[in-house]
Amino acid sequence: MTTYILRRLIQTLVVIVLLSYVCFYLMTLMPGDPVELMIQSNPKITSEDIARLRDLYGLDQPAYQRYGSWVKTILSGDLGYSRTYRVPVQELMGPRLWNTFYLSFLSLGLSLLIALPMGIYSALKPGSKVDYLVNFFSFGGISIPSFWLGLMLIIIFAVQLGVLPAGGTETIGVSDSATNWSILFDRMKYLILPTLSLSVQQIGGFVRYVRSSMMEAMRNDFIRTAKAKGLERGVVIWKHGFRNALIPLITIIALSFSGLFSGAILTETVFAYQGVGKLVYDSIMANDYNVAMISFIISVSMVLLMNLLADILYGFADPRITYN
Amino acid sequence: MLSTSDNQNQSKDNKSNSSVPKENGFNTHLVKVENLETTFYLNSGPFRAVNNISYSIDKGKTLGIVGESGCGKSVTSFSLMRLIEKPGKITNGKFTLGGKSILDLPEKEMEDVRGGEMAMIFQEPMTALNPVLTIGYQIDEQVLRHKKVSPKEAKERSIEMLKLVGIPSPESRYLNYPHQLSGGMRQRAMIAMALSCDPQFLIADEPTTALDVTIQAQILELIQTLQSQFHMSVQFITHDLGVISEVSDDVLVMYGGQMCEQTTTTELFLNPRHPYTAALIDSRPKLGQRPSRLKTIEGSVPAPHELPAGCPFVNRCPRAKSECSHQKPPMKSVGLNHTVACFNPL
Repeated sequence: MTTYILRRLIQTLVVIVLLSYVCFYLMTLMPGDPVELMIQSNPKITSEDIARLRDLYGLDQPAYQRYGSWVKTILSGDLGYSRTYRVPVQELMGPRLWNTFYLSFLSLGLSLLIALPMGIYSALKPGSKVDYLVNFFSFGGISIPSFWLGLMLIIIFAVQLGVLPAGGTETIGVSDSATNWSILFDRMKYLILPTLSLSVQQIGGFVRYVRSSMMEAMRNDFIRTAKAKGLERGVVIWKHGFRNALIPLITIIALSFSGLFSGAILTETVFAYQGVGKLVYDSIMANDYNVAMISFIISVSMVLLMNLLADILYGFADPRITYN
Repeated sequence: MLSTSDNQNQSKDNKSNSSVPKENGFNTHLVKVENLETTFYLNSGPFRAVNNISYSIDKGKTLGIVGESGCGKSVTSFSLMRLIEKPGKITNGKFTLGGKSILDLPEKEMEDVRGGEMAMIFQEPMTALNPVLTIGYQIDEQVLRHKKVSPKEAKERSIEMLKLVGIPSPESRYLNYPHQLSGGMRQRAMIAMALSCDPQFLIADEPTTALDVTIQAQILELIQTLQSQFHMSVQFITHDLGVISEVSDDVLVMYGGQMCEQTTTTELFLNPRHPYTAALIDSRPKLGQRPSRLKTIEGSVPAPHELPAGCPFVNRCPRAKSECSHQKPPMKSVGLNHTVACFNPL
């Protein structure tokens, strides 16, 4: 098991390095480089100055050499400087990452909390009224665009009812004055609407997966055996049915967790939530390559690590899978 | 002894046994099924998978139920276990086990009966065990459900059962998952599980069909040994006449959800009276003969909605008369312990 995890971690690392190079190279293909952005506002600049700047920043070197020096700097712990925000990347990314983490974790938790019982119940009573209702709402949830839902939530809860803030991450100045509890309470108030709008879509998808894998699990012969043993319905459903339905669900949940880190762009934009999704988008558009590269590496690593986690969990959930 | 319409015989039996204390004040039949009827409500209309089946099994005896695929033998067993799922439903009949009317029990009490007084082993040992739980856990679970024992005692019982069914090094097998066992071993584990709570009545639904022939023989022998050890009544379902001749005391032949013939095993092979039974026996390969083709029964089992109004076998029967297609032949006695549903028996 340990050797398997180690081997997979090394593989993951190799993939990250390869992909980061690809990404780095693609960035160099983008029209315009930092020097061009710098000189736009300076019409008096000479071509010698431009060449000097290019040389200073190493932009005259081939991509692989620039990639090499970038990696060297990253490994020394210096993630670079954000061109647009004028702060070091780690200072910029740190709080943004946490904000996105809270949002993703809350919405994933909420989605599972609602989707699991819904999916299981409708799987146990296929064709029933509840099943139709659950299906109707889950398809609805999948189909509703999250930015539209976000706007609707803002209109209802912030504009008309006025009970929740329309956007932002926290009330300005709250962290200086108040106790930890009131800070938490304040943050939660800002999290409710984005979490809701992100969850609705996830719930729809999860319900479909839970329902189908639970239905498949309950069709197995060993369910009949469990019933023939005289076990109570609850034990048959949870111990024998759900325990087996869980195996395919692990991948879905792990992968959707990794997707949440980069996929919340729309929601974060609608609610002006200071998360990492919006930062990635902005940095690419503004040619803020230091920020873009780090964000990119974080999302790639999340996907790969969550995949690895799913594979490891598989080994625990399904004894037929062994890692040698 | 079979319970048939042979009243004279039955009353004689009761008289001769009157000095013996009888369970629950009833006769010696441990299992008594009367007019069992199970219907599946399909989109194409209701389909009677089991139609008016009656039989009984004495304590310690084995009844074999034979028939082609789809003749209702498995549905009969699942009906007795009350494991018929929607859109199926037991629509009529009575089933008493040791005097207890099983079909009237509330679901909670039925759970005590399932796996307790009455157990079942299945056709597919590959899929009938839960792949994510250990063999030990799955047996323990049943023991803990039906017996008032501690987990430690349950484990002891499970290992004892695994030993009893001939699984080598049961202590280490106890910790194995189903996929770590061979097909034959899995079926042994299934049997260990079914018998773990000392059932009076065991339903074996084609337990050897998925196994190869040598393993088949071992499993059959095992079931028979355990049957006499546990004094169980066994209902053995198979489509294999060879298996029937080996394990059962009495035989019930089914076709299209209905009873065709019911008698002792010896009588059935020596003197089959229903044309279907005769054709079945005739289509077996015979020792010492090598025909280029085995005999078959012409035609195939009618689809559920195509069942004729009369005898279900009428379309394939060489002895069919005009009345056979309009009227259902009732079961009638044609000898000692021998009943047949045919207007024109052999």
